[in-house]
Amino acid sequence: MRNLIAGVSGIVFGVGLGVSQMVNPDKVLDFLDLLGTWDPSLMFVMGAAVVVYLIAWRIALARQVPLLDSRFHWPAPADLWDGRLFGGAAVFGVGWGLVGFCPGPAISSLAFLLPQSVVFVLAMMAGSYTAGLSRPGHLALEEPEPVIR
Amino acid sequence: MEIVNFTPGAAILGGALIGLAGAMLLLLNGRIAGVAGILSRLLPPQPGDAAWRVYFLAGLVIGAVIWRLLSGQTSADIVFATSWPALVLGGLLVGAGTRIGNGCTSGHGVCGIGRLSPRSIGATLTFMATGVATVYVTRHLIGG
Repeated sequence: MRNLIAGVSGIVFGVGLGVSQMVNPDKVLDFLDLLGTWDPSLMFVMGAAVVVYLIAWRIALARQVPLLDSRFHWPAPADLWDGRLFGGAAVFGVGWGLVGFCPGPAISSLAFLLPQSVVFVLAMMAGSYTAGLSRPGHLALEEPEPVIR
Repeated sequence: MEIVNFTPGAAILGGALIGLAGAMLLLLNGRIAGVAGILSRLLPPQPGDAAWRVYFLAGLVIGAVIWRLLSGQTSADIVFATSWPALVLGGLLVGAGTRIGNGCTSGHGVCGIGRLSPRSIGATLTFMATGVATVYVTRHLIGG
């Protein structure tokens, strides 16, 4: 059941990326081109998504457990001043600005069967895998299971 | 600055769908809909934790196929301004950067800001800033 929900969530997400045209790298580059031909659309995509998610988050806080799992898998709390967080985000932004793809739209764009999408996604997977090698234990970067005594 | 191709209606509708997808995954499965995080924990896959990630990522592609059928959009509407080497470099940087920084536009930008996380707000401002700077260099300093 959880797998099915994950699949449906992915589908809704993918339709949303299509409707908002984030699957088109040129539109995303226009959003980032503040000093040239600026397309503010992406700000509205993020804004609308954040508003909906904020409501879901409030409901999650009130409910304490999700419907189909025993707990919420929140990211582990960490300090704000974290070199990896800001360094990684900075590197990600350079790649995003070079091509106009972030991970979600890149994967969704595979639906258009363009070789550029395939090359980008393979490079992205290689980059992620390689970066993961530098920090073997980091896959557990999620709040640990609460200890039940 | 010149404003072009601004489509606020489609942007709000598409964004709301993305938020809804994240809300579903959170309230039903208790999981964060951050695409980079969902992908990175498959590289390599962890026992007992891989299937739902594959379903979600497959859903991303199926959702875009459904969008294509509904809209009639073709591959000609997807425009790349990037050379092949830059495409590979961009992919590597996006993959490595999101893994090191623990999130992407969906993980930090939507789910993280959507729970008012200071780390995600900081990360989002950072990748927006370097993204804008990169486009400034490629479109206006080198190209243009």
